[in-house]
Amino acid sequence: MLSSQLPALQVVIPLVAAPICVFFRNPRIAWLIALIASSLTFMVSIGLFLQVQQLGVISYEMGNWSPPWGIEYRVDNVNAYILLIVSSIGALVTAYAYPSLKREIDTNRHYLFWTSYLLCLTGLLGVTITGDAFNIFVFLEISSLSTYVLIALGKSRLALYAAFRYLILGTIGATFIVIGIGLLYLMTGTLNLYDLASRLGDMDLAQPQLAALAFLTVGISLKLALFPLHLWLPNAYAFAPSVATSFLAATATKVAVYLLLRFAYDVFGKSQIFSELPLGEVLLVLSIVAMFVASTVAIYQDDVKRMFAYSSVAQIGYITLGASFASQTALTASIVHLFNHAITKGAIFLLLGIVAFQIGQPTFTKIKGLGKKMPWTSFGMVLCGLSLIGVPGTAGFISKWYLILAVLERGWWWLAAMILASSLLAILYIWRFVETAYFVTDAEDNTIELGSKIPFSMATVTVLFVLACLFFGFHTEFSVDSASEAARVLLEYTRQ
Amino acid sequence: MDLFDNINYWIAMFQIVMGLFIVIASENLIKTLVGLGIFQSAVYIIYISPAKIFGGTAPIFVSNQEVYANPLPHVLILTAIVVGVATIALGLALVVRIYEAYGTLEEDKIQDIDLGANNDA
Amino acid sequence: MRDYDRLLRVVSKAMIPFIVVFALYVQFHGDFGPGGGFQAGVILAAGLIFYSLIYGLENTKKLIPPRVVEVLTATGVSLYIFVGMIGIYRGSDFLDYSVLAQDAVHGQHYGIFLIELGVGITVFAVMVIIFYMFVGRRRES
Repeated sequence: MLSSQLPALQVVIPLVAAPICVFFRNPRIAWLIALIASSLTFMVSIGLFLQVQQLGVISYEMGNWSPPWGIEYRVDNVNAYILLIVSSIGALVTAYAYPSLKREIDTNRHYLFWTSYLLCLTGLLGVTITGDAFNIFVFLEISSLSTYVLIALGKSRLALYAAFRYLILGTIGATFIVIGIGLLYLMTGTLNLYDLASRLGDMDLAQPQLAALAFLTVGISLKLALFPLHLWLPNAYAFAPSVATSFLAATATKVAVYLLLRFAYDVFGKSQIFSELPLGEVLLVLSIVAMFVASTVAIYQDDVKRMFAYSSVAQIGYITLGASFASQTALTASIVHLFNHAITKGAIFLLLGIVAFQIGQPTFTKIKGLGKKMPWTSFGMVLCGLSLIGVPGTAGFISKWYLILAVLERGWWWLAAMILASSLLAILYIWRFVETAYFVTDAEDNTIELGSKIPFSMATVTVLFVLACLFFGFHTEFSVDSASEAARVLLEYTRQ
Repeated sequence: MDLFDNINYWIAMFQIVMGLFIVIASENLIKTLVGLGIFQSAVYIIYISPAKIFGGTAPIFVSNQEVYANPLPHVLILTAIVVGVATIALGLALVVRIYEAYGTLEEDKIQDIDLGANNDA
Repeated sequence: MRDYDRLLRVVSKAMIPFIVVFALYVQFHGDFGPGGGFQAGVILAAGLIFYSLIYGLENTKKLIPPRVVEVLTATGVSLYIFVGMIGIYRGSDFLDYSVLAQDAVHGQHYGIFLIELGVGITVFAVMVIIFYMFVGRRRES
């Protein structure tokens, strides 16, 4: 009986847990509740993933109202994979969080953090699982509003300003999305994504359809921090509490990418629109610019967290590059990079969380000689850095390999060369970290004083993440196979 | 008159442009939020306009009534309004905190102080 | 007890009960007519804010302490989810009202009533919390 309820439970469990944290207020109890809820959510997503493998598409009718009138939760290979990524990272980051939060946030505010965290998780999972266009907007706003709170809980006052900037840009993005959805609703009279796709396919191309796609694309691009719309991201990631940064960097933009894939391939998949609107070409150009410009800017940052935030913008470029042309290999590359980048960036920000736990906000002046003082942490950073560059034997290599294969399928040698060249830029900024941590030895600047031992929970989770970066570089059965299955499903939607 | 047939949409478009302009052009954080509010309310008009049916009533069954309006857009916009209120409230709460931390609401001044803080670090 | 307040006090004492009753009317009328939890919560909160404008924030906080309001926000949401979970417990889908009572019509009635109650409580509490936050700020700093 319960197995048929999994789609609802996926969203409801964290949603139940969020108000319970407010009832208790105690920091430790709130953390425990969040841990239990996020672990349960993780299990549910595993269950859903297995169910989809066996049975194919799962459709769940909210409140027993049959679609397209009621809200439908629809799980296929694509979003089952994304759900798994989001909820696994949600659970692991929660397990890591307690000591780090204790250092960074007032204990009497912890329950607020956990309430927002669980609501954010609810929102992200909801966006991914729902099959209703307006429901997407509502869940998106739930996750965004709680994200603003999570960022504003950061220690420095810069966090407040970063959260405000994100609030303005995020709201503009969400409003664009809701305008797009409104136009689609006016044309078709339905909000169910599946129904929308088939009705748009039957329809002649009309002006509002173009406008709807334009609004949706710009709105979603703001949320996923596609290159010229990324301005909110670096400061938000740099000044949020370490735990929040790790969680958001690994999940929030990924869910937005999923939305882009869902709208471009599923909802508009059968429509004539792409003969009129060069969405793929635009995405391609912007992705390339993102890869180069963001990586270059990353090299010049003083703050290590900010540097990796810019690197996130660049990495999103690789993901959207794969999404920009509709071939099996390219989509596989894009989706597998969602996964690989999530674990790599998650690992990096968790490691930086440990550094922050010991020495405070990590800037390049502060981390001189880090390699000697915190050898394991620095070594982990190097491994993750290699994965970010895409060195063989790491997770990052797999996604770049598929991306280059996809580009070569088209015969675009120049693009393959550009992907390699942008990886060189990644080497530069990773090298800057390595140089500062290992080779700068002047003693007078060396102010690192280790406060205490690294807590067990933080160390364990971080090691898990770093090992995952290596593991998925060798054993690609899970990550690549599920991704290529997801890509196949997406391409099936576009077939006439 | 063709122009007046679509007057709602003209107003909505005007509001979108005006709201975005205020968001972009104003340096004051509160004015930015006001612009955001105007921008969001344009969406309400876009949704509500087509849902209004002249002579139609609320979709509650009454025997002498034959025309009913579609309730769905109204309900959607109720939700959107609530989301909008939450956003503005959160934005204002942040503004209050920013004012306490920086002593100003002007964006350029905050950025000046920011840069100073960055150099110290 | 300054003299010029008297008019306001008398008028508000006469008006606030009507505001509260109107809020309750909108709340309970909501399941078979226009109305519902959102509107009722806001009207009720407006009544409280009106009270606080006349009698001061301190008295209002005595009436409904901020902590209680915070718990109320969570209570409303929990009630909503709880009603949804009953649907799952009774072997149907999440938020299916039809299984709440002996037959579907009664079930729908109970369902929408409880859901709107949850919404009303949360909206009221959130409005009051926002009010407390903004008004209480200046006195602290």
